[in-house]
Amino acid sequence: MVQLESLAYSYGSGPPIFQDFNWHVGHGEAWAVLGPSGCGKTTLLYLLAGLRFPTSGQVLIDGKPLARPRPRTGLILQEYGLLPWATVQQNAELGLRVRSFYGPDGKHAPIEFQPNLDVDPWLERLGLAKLKEKYPKQLSGGQRQRTAIARTLALKPDLLLMDEPFGSLDAPTRENLQNLTIDLWDEQSLTLVIVTHAIEEAAILGAKILLLGQPPNVETTIIDNPKMSTANYRESNTYLELCRDLRHQMEGR
Amino acid sequence: MKRRELLYAVLALLGIWLIMAWLVDQPILPSPTDVAVTFVEEIISGELLQHFTASLWRVLVSTMLAIAIAAPIGLILGQSKRLDGLFSPVIYLLYPIPKVVLVPIVLLFFGIGNFPKIVIIFMILFFQILVLVRDRAANIQPELVNSVRSLGAGRRALFRYVYLPASVPGILTALRQSIGTAVAVLYIAELFATQTGLGYYIHFNGSTLFDYPAMYAGILAMALMGLGLYFAVDWLEHRIARWQFVN
Repeated sequence: MVQLESLAYSYGSGPPIFQDFNWHVGHGEAWAVLGPSGCGKTTLLYLLAGLRFPTSGQVLIDGKPLARPRPRTGLILQEYGLLPWATVQQNAELGLRVRSFYGPDGKHAPIEFQPNLDVDPWLERLGLAKLKEKYPKQLSGGQRQRTAIARTLALKPDLLLMDEPFGSLDAPTRENLQNLTIDLWDEQSLTLVIVTHAIEEAAILGAKILLLGQPPNVETTIIDNPKMSTANYRESNTYLELCRDLRHQMEGR
Repeated sequence: MKRRELLYAVLALLGIWLIMAWLVDQPILPSPTDVAVTFVEEIISGELLQHFTASLWRVLVSTMLAIAIAAPIGLILGQSKRLDGLFSPVIYLLYPIPKVVLVPIVLLFFGIGNFPKIVIIFMILFFQILVLVRDRAANIQPELVNSVRSLGAGRRALFRYVYLPASVPGILTALRQSIGTAVAVLYIAELFATQTGLGYYIHFNGSTLFDYPAMYAGILAMALMGLGLYFAVDWLEHRIARWQFVN
């Protein structure tokens, strides 16, 4: 699904964030990218989203080099992603509106796109049906992120990128949305890449965890977490051990 | 503010006027009832109405022109740091100049008729709208722009769905802040080189005909125009920028 080939990236003439970096994400995999602030994890996500471009090397998605944001890639950011002047319903419709604005040109919208604004099932599914007419500033942090998720999933993405999506939420809301993300990943057969600085979040959401350290990132450190989506994983020893292990590895870098 | 409170305020002000007129007891301060009678007579005769519409038309045309020209420039400058860096020193110098001092120059250049009056109001509104729209556009969160780009939006869709709606409150705030000044300066401009408009009507009745009730009727008409425009902007803001008022 995603292939990074000897990728290098630096901001302007600054020091490289990535250098000769290789990484492969398979179809339907759930990845967490874990690292401290400044390690380049958000940069990596923006590279995957087609909002930034490598200094050298390539980002391939479905075998094709990425030259612009790809219609079937969804991106959810930590905050400020919603239009403050639009209601929940209008925000959820935004992606479909943008697609209808251009029509199915294969560049801004997939060729097979049928213009529609049908977001009601998603608002229903994400528990937003009663909040349709509210504006973002009337919502809680969790409800805002649900709206962002509805907006993205209404576009039927096959690759979902999330940047610290639940970082600013309180613990119960965060767990709730993490569980929702796993459910959605499962039922929509998504490929998921989540960027986080929280060890617990990486352990919950990543079936595979890519560990980044202080730049430049050259080697690809991957930790497998196959039991991630099993029942009561949060309570299990596997989870606790993984968290401990990740903490050690992060400190060792 | 509730409507009833507004009504009480109007009644209180009229009461003060009435008492003042009674105390002063001079032709230069007629009572509100006299003025009201003259106002209605002059409106019905078409005399005052003609000047009112002339003034209103000048304000509306210059407002439309200012929005049509200043808002796009503000949007462009707000999006481009480079262009903003180029033009902001000029704007910084011109913005605080009280445009009313340019009235004589504009009149010298553009002579009689509507055009110089429109130019003067335009200059006041232009800078206000330009600066507020530019700041709105510049303060849009990059996360918002990136999110919408990731939904497939290119330059045109970003403009349509992000920058354009983001500039609407800026335009309305600019109008609300400066429409009063615009009407005030229109009054000054209408004192010269014209025989239409409320400024002319007030001045002519006050200093040539010494018809004080008519002069007051003109002042009342100008006040109502300023107030009406202010309320119109307020109403528009609540209608098309409702999100700003919810909580």
